[in-house]
Parts: sequence; structure tokens; C-alpha cells
Amino acid sequence: MRQRSLVILTSVLTTGALTLTACGSRDDSGDKSSSSKTEIIIGVDAPLTGQNSATGLGIQGGVQIAVDDANKNNTVPGVTFKVQALDDKAIPASGQQNATALVNNEKVLGVVGPLNSGVATQMQQVFAAANLVEVSPSNTAPELTQGKNWQTSKSRPFKTYFRTATTDALQGGFAAEYASTTLKKKNVFVVDDKQTYGAGLAKLFKAGFTKNGGKVAGEDHVNTGDTDFSALVTKIKKSKADLVYYGGQYDESEKLTKQLKDGGVKVPLFGGDGMFSDTYIQTAGKTSEGDLVTSVGQPVDSLPSAADFIKKYKASGLKGDYGTYGGYSYDAATAIIKAIANVVKDGKVPDGARAKIVDEVQKTKFEGIAGPVSFDEYGDTTNKQLTVYQVVSGKWKAVKSGTFNG
Amino acid sequence: MNTLPQQLANGLFLGSMYGLIAIGYTMVYGIVQLINFAHGEIFMTGGFGALTVYLYVLPDGTSMWIALPAMLIGGGLVAVLIAVGAERFAYRPLRGAPRLAPLITAIGLSLALQQAVFNWYPNAKTDRNFPQIEAGPWHIGSISISSGSLFVIVAAPLCMAALALFVSMSRTGRAMQATAQDPDTAQLMGIDTNKIIVIAFAIGGFFAAVAAVSYGLRYGSIQYNMGFQMGLKAFTAAVLGGIGNIYGAMIGGLVLGLAETMATSYIDGIPGMQQLGGGGWSSVWAFVLLILVLLFRPQGLVGERVADRA
Repeated sequence: MRQRSLVILTSVLTTGALTLTACGSRDDSGDKSSSSKTEIIIGVDAPLTGQNSATGLGIQGGVQIAVDDANKNNTVPGVTFKVQALDDKAIPASGQQNATALVNNEKVLGVVGPLNSGVATQMQQVFAAANLVEVSPSNTAPELTQGKNWQTSKSRPFKTYFRTATTDALQGGFAAEYASTTLKKKNVFVVDDKQTYGAGLAKLFKAGFTKNGGKVAGEDHVNTGDTDFSALVTKIKKSKADLVYYGGQYDESEKLTKQLKDGGVKVPLFGGDGMFSDTYIQTAGKTSEGDLVTSVGQPVDSLPSAADFIKKYKASGLKGDYGTYGGYSYDAATAIIKAIANVVKDGKVPDGARAKIVDEVQKTKFEGIAGPVSFDEYGDTTNKQLTVYQVVSGKWKAVKSGTFNG
Repeated sequence: MNTLPQQLANGLFLGSMYGLIAIGYTMVYGIVQLINFAHGEIFMTGGFGALTVYLYVLPDGTSMWIALPAMLIGGGLVAVLIAVGAERFAYRPLRGAPRLAPLITAIGLSLALQQAVFNWYPNAKTDRNFPQIEAGPWHIGSISISSGSLFVIVAAPLCMAALALFVSMSRTGRAMQATAQDPDTAQLMGIDTNKIIVIAFAIGGFFAAVAAVSYGLRYGSIQYNMGFQMGLKAFTAAVLGGIGNIYGAMIGGLVLGLAETMATSYIDGIPGMQQLGGGGWSSVWAFVLLILVLLFRPQGLVGERVADRA
């Protein structure tokens, strides 16, 4: 009796599984008949959970609004856009898997992301091999567009890679100039997290700061995921530095700044755009007061062109910080959508569409919500605006905007 | 400026936290010879339990002086319930099974707990802010102590002293020692070994919750994955001190904390070692120390050589 019911159960399960598989394959091939419009997917890759996710969700939200706008305005006739967002957890290997998944989906004609430069290094090759355009709203490591030897001879490694953020070469220098001339700091302690972004940024800041006549009081490195910085704080205290520069993300720096102030080191922490997040202020609380960051572009909140975007973002209930890269993500997605509009006519995707879209993105030129959008011969944005922000009464306040040319 | 006193203090604060968590590993191992790899996650749930009490049970704006004991009780309750539940439903059915089975179960349980908090605790996908004691830092000579550090440096010795008294003086404590020495004989002598095992898990859980509250107070936020790294370090501390020995766990924790702090602050001052020092290398030196200790004293710093164990 018992055995018979087992046989029945097994056969029911097997039949069920087979039916479900059949459903799956039918779905994939038969979508053209079900909808009169062609579906095109804009991929997103960013950390959506865990470390850096507040900023990563801002990227997803920015792209979502760009896609909603394109669908509403019928920017590309005969096409409905969809967003497929994949979570890389700020881990390079996950980014590479996501890149492969996006490349293998034929409906994906462009990707926005990733957030982290270190993740980007593992994704570029995958996209280049498939001729799929990738526009990052936030990667700032110079070598991504200008090659490993960018300081001596620039050469572009991947022609499918673009970014709407400017590079650390400018960001580090801009921060150093602000520290020396405006803050009049003489003695800096430099800390980084040993990642592509953090270590690169710290090195460029140090170079700029010493060129302006400042001194490096000391240097140290931390690991991502570290929480206890008390030994480092004591070291910084001993060095008598009047400024601490941190190359890395908000996850570690929010704890570092708290422990610095708890340890009696009353000097500001200065960082890059990786630290520019509302979560930083929320977690560090009062101890973040007076801390500084540089970030790419001008503050989205102050741009009249972005007012509509911010209104939509807030109304939509999307999570994450739109302030850091939301505007750039919107512009990155829009650049891809405009390129698709020039390639896909009447909802028909031509052969080799992905390669054609890469060429169209290279030629992009329009006024985005976060400033003019166009790319130079390396795939870098031509918009070299940078802004210094400072925590004033528990909020990021823009204190200086400008351009920096090395 | 002489930074040695401050660095020693830093090491003690960090080490006390490791020690509190290590107690859980070592007590469970001492009695059932199980390395409870889910203990790091029990530590984490203790932190979230305490946070839940602050956010959802107490009225808004409760003073931390009132809230803190309530959070300790709440966090402790959550951690104890999960630790005891894990023992009852995950480990007890496998008591007679080969040693590998409960070990794998422990790892599975650890992942399950982590993912459960990640998915179901509100906004746990990013850092959750932990309430702070708005006082300090205090200065004693050249040492400055933040409120969170003060908490751990008071709480850890209190917990340890209470545990030492309990184990050596009380009837249950002596039953615990007997069970650790020989569970079968202990049972024949009328000791309810199941009860003793549950108590060991419960004490480990409560100590982990105290450590989690100190973690939140010292670092300002707690994360769903904070149990992994802290658990690993505490396990190292337990092995360093001699696993199975409760005094060893505390001493191992302190030694590990001091080693990490010293490595961060002084290694890169040694000529020719600049590349191998600093915060990024602290864990490396901590594990070098562990390997050295185990090479010369496989039983750990204060552990006893027991041939039929480990």
C-alpha cells in the first residue's frame, strides 16, 4: 500500500516537473505573438543588498525612472523597455556572473552599472566579447577607460565601456586642492581599503596633496568588512594629523569616523564619492559632522533639470540614495535608449544591433538631467564637474563646485 | 606621545568581546564535543534582539540608562531561545551520529539564521543603526574610553566572574564539570545530562548577546553578516586559549585582541616590515600567533592535554 502511493507520488511529481519545463520553454519562444510591441531590456548591475547597497539601489532607481519615461513618451516607437536588475553584492566574481547572464539574454541591448570599479574590471571583458554596451554611472578608476598605464600612455582597453562619472585622477586632485587651499591642512593621514577604487583614490590624493606642499603624517590600510579601527585611531592620534583622508566606501568609513571622534581625534574625515551616502550620516550620527567628500558632477538637488526626476523618485517609493548616482544612472540609461532609438526602427531589432548601439552611444550628445552627456575617445564623460560636500547639521551640503584639469 | 597604554586598552576592549563569544564555543565543545559554527549567528541574533527591544518594545526616546538593561534582557532572551532551539531541534537528534553530521548541520544552521535575518528583519539588508549611550569619552591618563568600550570592559569581567562562581560553586555547575569529564558516568550518577547541555547552550547564547550589545554600542551599527567574522575570530580565540576550558576562552580572546591591536600599531614601525604591518595585516598576524601557539602547545594556552578528546 505504502509503496503504491510512493509510485503515484513519484509519477505525479515527474509529470508536474515535465509540464512546468514545457511551459518554460514555450514562454521563451512565443512572446512575439502575445504582444504587439518588441520588448527590450536594459540591464542593471549594482550591489542591491549588503555592502554599498544604499548607493546601488539609487542606480537601479535612476534607471527605472529613465525607462518609465521612455515608455511613457514612446521614445522608441514599437518598443517597450524593461529593467532587469541583478545584484552583484559588490563582489567582482558576482559581477562577472551577472555580466554573463545579461549577455546571454538576447533582449538585453545595454547595461547600466556596475557601482564598484573593482567589479567593473571583471565585467568589461565579458561585455566587450559580446559587443554589448555598458555605461557605468559611478566607476571612477582611471584604468577602466584609459588602460593600465594611463599616467604615461593612454589607450582604451574596451570600446564597449563608457561612464558618466569622471575619474579619480580628477577627483583625488580636486580633493587635494580643496584640502590644501581652502581648508589649509598641512598634515594628512591617508587610509585606504586596498580595493581598486579606494587604493587608487588614496594614491592620487596623496600625490596631489604633497605637490601642494602638504605632508603625509602616516598611512595605513584596512580590510573591507573590518569593524574595529581603535588601534588605527590611536595611531592617527599619535601622528598629530590635522586631516584624515579615506579611500574607500561608506561601510567602513562610517565606523572609522565614529571611532575617531570617540577616540578623541577631532579632525575631519575626507573621502571620495564612495563615502557620499546618506547612510554614512545616519550611522555615524553626530560624529560625522564636518566630514567631507568629493563627488562627481554638481549636486542633483540644485540642478533645475533634475527637479522633475527627484519628484518622480520620491513619489515612486523607490529605495536607495538617488543623490549620489541616481541622476547619472538616469543619463546613462537615457544614452542607451537614445542609441537604441537610432538602431531599432518600428520595433525591428536588426542583425548586429548590439555593435551598432555601441557606435551610437559613442556619438551621443544631449543635455542630461545631471549635465551635458557625451563621451570622449576613451569612453569617459566630457563633463568634468566635481563638487565638495560637507556634513553640516546632519546633512550633506555642497560647499564647492568646480572643474579640475590635473 | 606614548600610545602603548591606549593600544593595550584597545586590545582589551576588542579581546573582551572575542572572549565573551568564545565562551559559547568552548562550553559547548567541552560538554558535547561539537564545534557549534552557528554560534556567530547566535551572536548576531542577540544584537538584533536587543535592537528590536529598543525600536519596537520600548517607547520612543527612552533613556539609554533604562533601555540598556531591557535590551540586554531582550537580546539575551532571543539568543538563548535560538541557541536552545538549535540544540533541541538541530543537534540533539544527531547526538549519536558521526562527528561530521552535526558539524555540517551547524554550518547549515548558520547560513539559515543569517538569511532569515537578512530577508525578514526590517531593513536588515544594509547596516542597522544601534542606539548609543550619549556620554564620554572619558580620559584616564593618556587612555580615552568611549561609552561602548566602557560597557564591554565592565560587562565582560562581570559575566566571567559570575560564570566562574556558577561553575565551581553551584550544584548545576559541578554537574556541568562532571558531564564534561565523562557524560556516561555522569548520567549513571543521576545527572540529567540533557539539561546540562541545554544550560551550556543557554549560557553561551546569553554571553554572545552581551557581546552583540557591546558590538552595537562600540561600532554604532549591526549587520546581518556580522556573526561570520566575529564568530571566526572568537572560535580562534577559543582554540588559542584551549578549547573546552572556559578560562582559556577569555584569555584566548584577550590575547587575540591584543595581538591584532599590536600588529596594527607596531609591526610597520619595525625596519623592513612596513609592507607587512598596519590594519590590513592584523588578522594575518593573529593567525600566525595561533599557528605558533598550536605548534608548541597543541592543547592551547591553558588547555589540558586530553588524549581521547579533540
